[in-house]
Amino acid sequence: MRFITEYRRSDLAQGLISQIQHSAKTPSRFMEFCGGHTVTIFRYGIRQVLPNTIEMVSGPGCPVCVTANADLDKAIALAQIPDVIITTFGDMLRVPGSHTSLQEQKADGADVRMVYSTSDALKIAEDNPNKAVVFLGIGFETTAPTIAASILQAEDKQISNFYVLSLHKLCPPVIRAILDSGEVELQGLVCPGHVSAVIGSHPWEFIARDYHIPCVVSGFEPLDILQCVSMLVAQVERGRSEVEIAYRRGVRPEGNREAVRLMERVFEPGTASWRGMGEVPHSGLKIRAEYQQFDAELAFNIHPGPPYEPEGCICGDILRGVKTPLDCQLFGSVCTPQCPVGPCMVSSEGTCAAYYNYGEQR
Amino acid sequence: MCLAIPALIKSIKDKEAEAEIGGINRRVSLWLTPEAEVGDYVLVHTGYAINVLDQEEAEETLSLLKEIAEVGGEED
Amino acid sequence: MHAESEKILMAHGSGGKLAHELVAKRFVRALANPVLDKLDDSAVIDFSGRLAFTTDSYVVSPVFFPGGDIGKLAVCGTVNDLAMSGARPLYLSLSFVIEEGLPMSELEEIVGSVKKASQEAGVKIATGDTKVVNRGSADRLFINTSGIGIIPDGVDISGSNARPGDRVLLSGAIGEHGIAVLSRREGLSFSTQLESDCAPLNRLVAEMLNASPNIHCLRDPTRGGLATTLNELAEQSGVSIRIEEERVPVREEVLAACEMLGLDPLYIANEGKLVAIVPAEDEDKILKAMRRNPYGREAITIGEVSAEHPGRVAMRTTIGSSRIVDMMVGDPLPRIC
Repeated sequence: MRFITEYRRSDLAQGLISQIQHSAKTPSRFMEFCGGHTVTIFRYGIRQVLPNTIEMVSGPGCPVCVTANADLDKAIALAQIPDVIITTFGDMLRVPGSHTSLQEQKADGADVRMVYSTSDALKIAEDNPNKAVVFLGIGFETTAPTIAASILQAEDKQISNFYVLSLHKLCPPVIRAILDSGEVELQGLVCPGHVSAVIGSHPWEFIARDYHIPCVVSGFEPLDILQCVSMLVAQVERGRSEVEIAYRRGVRPEGNREAVRLMERVFEPGTASWRGMGEVPHSGLKIRAEYQQFDAELAFNIHPGPPYEPEGCICGDILRGVKTPLDCQLFGSVCTPQCPVGPCMVSSEGTCAAYYNYGEQR
Repeated sequence: MCLAIPALIKSIKDKEAEAEIGGINRRVSLWLTPEAEVGDYVLVHTGYAINVLDQEEAEETLSLLKEIAEVGGEED
Repeated sequence: MHAESEKILMAHGSGGKLAHELVAKRFVRALANPVLDKLDDSAVIDFSGRLAFTTDSYVVSPVFFPGGDIGKLAVCGTVNDLAMSGARPLYLSLSFVIEEGLPMSELEEIVGSVKKASQEAGVKIATGDTKVVNRGSADRLFINTSGIGIIPDGVDISGSNARPGDRVLLSGAIGEHGIAVLSRREGLSFSTQLESDCAPLNRLVAEMLNASPNIHCLRDPTRGGLATTLNELAEQSGVSIRIEEERVPVREEVLAACEMLGLDPLYIANEGKLVAIVPAEDEDKILKAMRRNPYGREAITIGEVSAEHPGRVAMRTTIGSSRIVDMMVGDPLPRIC
């Protein structure tokens, strides 16, 4: 596959690995924010090939993992309403809310359907005019514009039974919150590749400028991660802190203006609740008043009750990079992919799932 | 953060394209990339093109990585 | 004489006239053989030797998929289970649970596939059963099978026989069946030329055993994919298995679909492939025999067995590092993020 396979070449990987091994003298901790980066790092055993001077720590970049139980409970409450069809990306099905999951509701008779794209959800709405179709809007700035586009298409086509539960989140505010908390010391940030394809690289400048932390925007293939680490090391060794783009084929500094325009037309920033971090101002997206007829929270009367957090689950600490799954009492014993306690284990991009599936518990 | 993969645009009608990735064909929405043309590669995320891939930059990155690999070879 | 109904009705399963006509016209005529034709309550078969005996149920959705249908799958799946013990498959039983309203033309097509697949495999349908259930109680059609076969003398194949030093062989590219079926599911619309690899492997196995009777393990990586199968074998034999990512053949379309949906080809179902664990000294001749068979043309050694870390399966990645390959958990759900 063009533009993918070339970035997995083992000869080029060896070159980068050599370069990193030779030049990484200063002990450094780099955080990869994005769940997709976590998966690549574990799937290709990247940490094994890096020198001991480099520690990689995973951040809260898995949109499913950072969805608070209270929000999950809203989605589940919607699923329980008769004549409502819930459409969702696959990731959300098995995540446990306070008491149950969407998959369990499905087994109990709720109409919950997995879709790959919002276009599929729109089609389901068109095919089922007597039902309400609610799309669970999770994801960061990569996904939010696509949901915005779907709302605009619903408006164009006069589809009146399509709704979105907006649980979208924004990355820069939460990265700022993590850095402000001072809980984890970082010498570099692996910036999310596809979020940056949309918002560009300028939104990360505050990190380099105000916190003096090198930032490099990375792609998702193993060579991309290695190249990113190599560029972070170079900045560290030279005492620089700048925003650079390693993923030049996918990201322009100004991003995709049209995508941002559509996102801002339909959504406005609001407070969002992040698992493990509580409420972070301006870090979530709410549907604007002009499009309120598509807002599931306004259309349906849902009162899911107080959220319940399972005892012993330290997903929050793991998401902030303060602890690793190995620090968790439940990891690998009570909490496994087969019976997950928290979302970090059930999401295919969750840190705990990555540790478990790629053998870190042994 | 998200899964987005490079697909080749084969044809465009209104804001929808037929795109191909490794022999798989899929309809892709160009709502977010109205400037995309037939022959472009776009990054596809959940059925939408989120950006047009810069093929020149892709080549340059590979050249750079090849250079690094050669230099590494000489050092060892 | 009345015109045959165009759809399956409840009455077709009730044991009365309509049911008898269905069996006679749709099943027996198509699958005729001396054992079935007797239409006694039990099939009576003469044999001697070690019997291999298996059962399976097929609930695939959609019922028709690129490269096959539930009928072909039912025959091949059962034949392959027998073949994985080294058995020569002989007879199958076939039970249909049909949802009321299934078009007769679809049933005809499925029975046609059963006929074709069983002819290719050289097995006979010895006995069967038909039930019809209310609309909504079965997803179009479910098929249950059982199969018997004879294991030749001197053949001892079992998941617990792998030994350190053995080589791990794979008969061809992985992930085709799972992706072909997925391509037809609602909500995941993509089109591909990819077809299911569904195929009967008994002749391939017979030829492998001819080349060398010392095969230790055979297994077909169906649900859960290659990763799950290797884990099962490692666990059963108390050994560890190490494979090389670059040696595992994956078609470009399978890779592309997996990339698009966030799936890993190692966990996608196959219905026409096998894994063989064989002593190192027999590796070459078994590979040669496999490559002479149409279902083994791309056979390749993907790894080997060793003693440390019993139960563990590891893979050397394309960039030269190593990672654990665990068993599959749940259903591989496409992810977006």
